[in-house]
Amino acid sequence: VNDLPGGPAVRQLDFQPAATRIAMDQHWLHSAMLVICGLICIAVFGVMFYSIVKHRKSRGHQPAHFHESVAVEIAWTIVPFVIVIGMGAMATQTVVAMKDTTNAELTIKATGYQWKWGYDYLKGEGEGIQLLSTLDAGQRAMSDAGKPEGDDYLLKVDEPLVVPVGRKIRIITTANDVIHSWMVPAFGVKQDAIPGFVRDTWFRAEKTGDFYGQCAELCGKEHAYMPIHVKVVDAPAYAAWVDGRRKAMAAKADDPARVWKLDEMIARGEKVYNANCAACHQASGKGAGAIKPLDGSAVVLDADKNKQIAVLLNGQNNGAMPSWKALSDTEIAAVITYTKNHWGNTTGQVVQPTDVIALRK
Amino acid sequence: MSAASQGSAPHYYVPPPSRHPFMMAIGLFFVILGAGQWINSHAWGAYCLAFGLLWSFTVMRQWFGDAARESESGLYSHHIDVSYRWSMSWFIFSEVMFFAAFFGALYWARAQSVPSLASLENALLWPDFKGVWPSDAPGATGAPGGLVEPFRTMGPWPIPTINTAILLTSGVTLTIAHHALIAGRRAACIGWMWLTVLLGITFLGFQAYEYAHAYSDLNLKMTSGVYGSTFFMLTGFHGFHVFVGMVMLLVITIRLMKGHFTPQRHFGFEGAAWYWHFVDVVWLGLYFIVYWM
Amino acid sequence: MSAVIHPGGHGAAHGHADHDHEHAHDHPHGWRRWLFATNHKDIGTLYLLFSFTMLMIGGVLALLIRAELFQPGLQFVNPELFNQFTTMHGLIMVFGAIMPAFVGFANWMIPLQIGAADMAFARMNNFSFWLMIPAALTLVSSFFMPGGAPAAGWTLYAPLTLQMGPSMDAGIFAMHVLGASSIMGSINIIVTILNMRAPGMTLMKMPMFVWTWLITAYLLIAVMPVLAGAITMTLTDRHFGTSFFNPAGGGDPIMYQHIFWFFGHPEVYIMILPAFGIVSQIIPAFARKPLFGYASMVYATASIAILSFIVWAHHMYTTGMPLTGQLFFMYATMLISVPTGVKVFNWLATMWRGSMTFETPMLWAVGFIFVFTMGGFTGLICAMAPIDINLQDTYYVVAHFHYVLVAGSLFAMFAGYYYWAPKWTGVMYSETRGRIHFWLSLLFFNITFFPMHFLGLAGMPRRYADYPMQFADFNAIASVGAFGFGFMQVYFFLFVVLPMMRGRGEKAPQRPWEAAEGLEWEVPSPAPFHTYEHPPRLNASATRVID
Ligand code: HEA
Ligand code: HEA
Ligand code: CUA
Ligand SMILES: [Cu+2]
Repeated sequence: VNDLPGGPAVRQLDFQPAATRIAMDQHWLHSAMLVICGLICIAVFGVMFYSIVKHRKSRGHQPAHFHESVAVEIAWTIVPFVIVIGMGAMATQTVVAMKDTTNAELTIKATGYQWKWGYDYLKGEGEGIQLLSTLDAGQRAMSDAGKPEGDDYLLKVDEPLVVPVGRKIRIITTANDVIHSWMVPAFGVKQDAIPGFVRDTWFRAEKTGDFYGQCAELCGKEHAYMPIHVKVVDAPAYAAWVDGRRKAMAAKADDPARVWKLDEMIARGEKVYNANCAACHQASGKGAGAIKPLDGSAVVLDADKNKQIAVLLNGQNNGAMPSWKALSDTEIAAVITYTKNHWGNTTGQVVQPTDVIALRK
Repeated sequence: MSAASQGSAPHYYVPPPSRHPFMMAIGLFFVILGAGQWINSHAWGAYCLAFGLLWSFTVMRQWFGDAARESESGLYSHHIDVSYRWSMSWFIFSEVMFFAAFFGALYWARAQSVPSLASLENALLWPDFKGVWPSDAPGATGAPGGLVEPFRTMGPWPIPTINTAILLTSGVTLTIAHHALIAGRRAACIGWMWLTVLLGITFLGFQAYEYAHAYSDLNLKMTSGVYGSTFFMLTGFHGFHVFVGMVMLLVITIRLMKGHFTPQRHFGFEGAAWYWHFVDVVWLGLYFIVYWM
Repeated sequence: MSAVIHPGGHGAAHGHADHDHEHAHDHPHGWRRWLFATNHKDIGTLYLLFSFTMLMIGGVLALLIRAELFQPGLQFVNPELFNQFTTMHGLIMVFGAIMPAFVGFANWMIPLQIGAADMAFARMNNFSFWLMIPAALTLVSSFFMPGGAPAAGWTLYAPLTLQMGPSMDAGIFAMHVLGASSIMGSINIIVTILNMRAPGMTLMKMPMFVWTWLITAYLLIAVMPVLAGAITMTLTDRHFGTSFFNPAGGGDPIMYQHIFWFFGHPEVYIMILPAFGIVSQIIPAFARKPLFGYASMVYATASIAILSFIVWAHHMYTTGMPLTGQLFFMYATMLISVPTGVKVFNWLATMWRGSMTFETPMLWAVGFIFVFTMGGFTGLICAMAPIDINLQDTYYVVAHFHYVLVAGSLFAMFAGYYYWAPKWTGVMYSETRGRIHFWLSLLFFNITFFPMHFLGLAGMPRRYADYPMQFADFNAIASVGAFGFGFMQVYFFLFVVLPMMRGRGEKAPQRPWEAAEGLEWEVPSPAPFHTYEHPPRLNASATRVID
């Protein structure tokens, strides 16, 4: 294994190298704290070990009898008090800077889903772009098999978040189901994503490159498998990316009114399945442990397609099966069609995007 | 019958081994097992819960019976009396903190979560939400998700006000009973105690009526968003405490009729009275904060 | 003791009860002695045995966690089960191991130290103990319920708890019962201390352990009901359609965190103040010098307790509090270092120019000061909001709290065990074994938890079943250390505790420690079943009985 630039290094002892001013300030504060605490430790434990060595009975040291001294006691109350006030004062400016999310050049909403991140470019260059960022399916399989490989193990996603270098980016976090936390160590950023509420944070990357983070709030069983990958690029590259992305979106945008054929739907559904469902239900469709099998499942085989659509839209078992309403109508229709016509399932049913739309409220 | 004179009481009475605590723990095991299963729709849980409660009450009867007997046979010195006073005060303090959690929730909902759900920022998620704490104004539900059916809120008039009067009166009657006990007028004391218990029961009756009214006429339910949640939890837990206090007073009244307590020594009476006053004070808080504000 | 006639009879409890003669030899025997106990020493023993069992269960869960994290990739468990392990490890250790163990110490020592015959409410005392059994059974058996044990972390954050299966309700009810047990136990302790001191034992002459427990008991009474409230709201949100934590109904998941941490932060001091008390007993005994700054110790303890109520949101820096909130909680949190520092300095001043020997209790106490202070400093670093943005929910926090909980609370308990167990059992432990236990535990403890600081700084989140490859080496080291540490605790049980319980070993004298002061050393070893049935007459410093 090698170090991962923008992510953790092997046997790393300190913070990941800072890529923003805020992170630099934080690291400076941390180093300052280490020094201060180290000095206090040396002083305090110096006294302690000196006394342990010298004031032993085995060396014939006779006990003194003092047991209070108002002056000393006042001194060692005041001095630490002054020290902690100093520490607090050092940190204050950085807290103020961290909280200042005004004047952002680009605003992006990051939504935590069980278990992936959705990004909407709300304001600034690239407005309107939406993407879902999921852990690369191969990584999850490696994890299950207990045979991890690669420097970006568990950090590789299908679609990274792309942002321009040197611009103030405001990230608005929220969540769809439970609390998640959007963290990128190199930026010195961590912000909980809370369902029903929005919170914000910001960063201005000083250099281009790939930066990695992971979800930092326990959000259920796949908590370890929803990484964050931010790709920081220079302005022209960003403009090009936005352009390409716009074109691709226009081209790919599925016409929800389109009527699909069975094999088209299955082919599309297989991709959706592998990217989203296989982590739990397995490629074999047999599920595992508490996860229900899809192969031969009554709901999947049911003649009433709405039953399965409802499960995907709303989730089941209190969210043990999460809601997938963040997927597009076409994707949901495709993946259902796939499950209805794969493994031992041969219903021949085709679910159309319009079926899904009908059940969405 | 009177408590024996100080001299014959042991310095500090330590009871002999007793099976009550162990038995009571068994009872509570069935209670929590049953309750946990019942709310997950296993019908047997209800029986288990009922059995556990029955068991626990039986044990409690025996336990308190023992304590009352010990008290009456003069084993409790002045020292123990003081212990009981301390313990009752700190028990009431713990109850205060329990209510504080729910008052805190109410404060948070009103001052923080509802306004911030309606803030400009949050318009991203709930564009149509107005963020008005429920009142009788149309559309003011305090809940943005559209999952709350329209409901009307519970005002202070008339039932809560009547109930306030009832509780305050009961505090007075209880104090009169106490003075009567101190003055050695046992019959009067018992009379005033019965009146107090009756007032407690009346309060509960009115509250039951109020709940029925909320559900059927106002469409105000536990599920009515955070208003309904805090309303029913606060008033519900208070009602439960009134019930407990009322039972305490009832037991004390029965003990009085059996001839327990003396004008000098009657901590059982006072402990129950403290509890009753505590319930009273919580109600005043509820009355102003939940119903008026 | 004067004649005691028992009113009313009910079965078994009175089998041995007709003790109407002086110094009733009503030493109950067999299983009844334990099930129906009203003796503070027996109940203390029950508490200690119970909490040690829970330490073992929680420890095995910790080892399962460490085994899974030994290498990247999933080896033994699936992530769902892993989260159950983490959650149950935290819950069992906090509510099953540490808190009851301190109550066990309180039961044994407080009546002895203040010259009281027993706890104020002997039956309720036993009830507090027996309540924990159904709660522990319910909690542990939740692994076998459909969907497995709760897996939302020991903090039980909403809305993840709303997704849990039926075991969550079992867990909630178990916590209610544990809370009731704690509240009753605390009331008992407070009343015992305030009302049952021997004449002459004034408040400011009480041993430090008694003082710290008095203050801890107040903390418990103030915050356990708040926890009960929080989880009750979780329960009604789960089953009765309330919206406390549901934004769609106007509620707020963050509200749960505020209520929880209003309990949770004082809770961590509940787990450390009695430890401070134990250490404050031991240091003077082995330095052969009175405790330095007794009064300031008392005030410092009280200040820690009071401050603990206004710092809770330092666990929530990343939830997006307003600026003023962050600053307030940052300053308030850092202030706690001042009274804690006063305690550390007082211990050092007690040692200073003493005449020290290093028997096992002293080793643990000095080890405690050293390692706990390191944990305190990492706490301080966490308290700095800008730094904590990087550290929150990473292994740095895991390292911090194991330094204060394992090297703090647990080490102090070991210190207290070696110090007082001769009085409990009448037998001395083996000094060699005690030393082995100490040095190897200290070593393995640091091997386990020191590397976690690096992991956290480098960004490894906690509650992760699997992690990027770069974190592998330190995780492997930590896992090895964990097994070593666990092994030492088995050693402790088999080679120190068990022989003492069986009465094997050198007979302990009444005063095993040359310079230990206090009323507990005024009674023989092992302490007789009944002690101080008549209030003793005390000397001026309330450390000796004069008759
Ligand atoms: C016994 C338990 C215990 C104790 C005593 C402490 C003590 C402290 N803790 Fe700790 N803490 C926990 C248990 C404990 N903690 C737990 C369990 C968690 C995690 C919960 C979870 O999320 O699951 C946690 C988490 C936690 C956090 C949140 C981290 C996060 O999640 O991001 C913070 C942040 O401020 C913090 C701070 C502190 C501070 C400032 C102290 C202070 O009290 C320390 C004071 C002591 C010293 C500073 C050392 C001695 C002093 C001197 C020698 C004097 C000289 C010093 C100076 C002048 C500075 N703790
Ligand atoms: C209160 C006290 C306490 C104690 C004493 C401990 C003790 C230990 N803890 Fe603790 N831990 C917590 C409280 C505590 N913990 C809390 C509150 C959390 C947070 C939970 C959460 O995130 O929700 C946590 C989380 C936590 C994590 C993070 C899990 C995660 O984030 O996913 C880890 C990981 O290493 C860990 C490890 C350990 C280890 C190795 C010990 C060791 O010290 C244990 C040693 C004891 C034994 C091992 C038992 C004795 C041995 C046997 C019975 C026989 C078997 C032994 C052998 C064969 C060798 N703990
Ligand atoms: Cu999402 Cu953890
Ligand atoms: Cu804290």
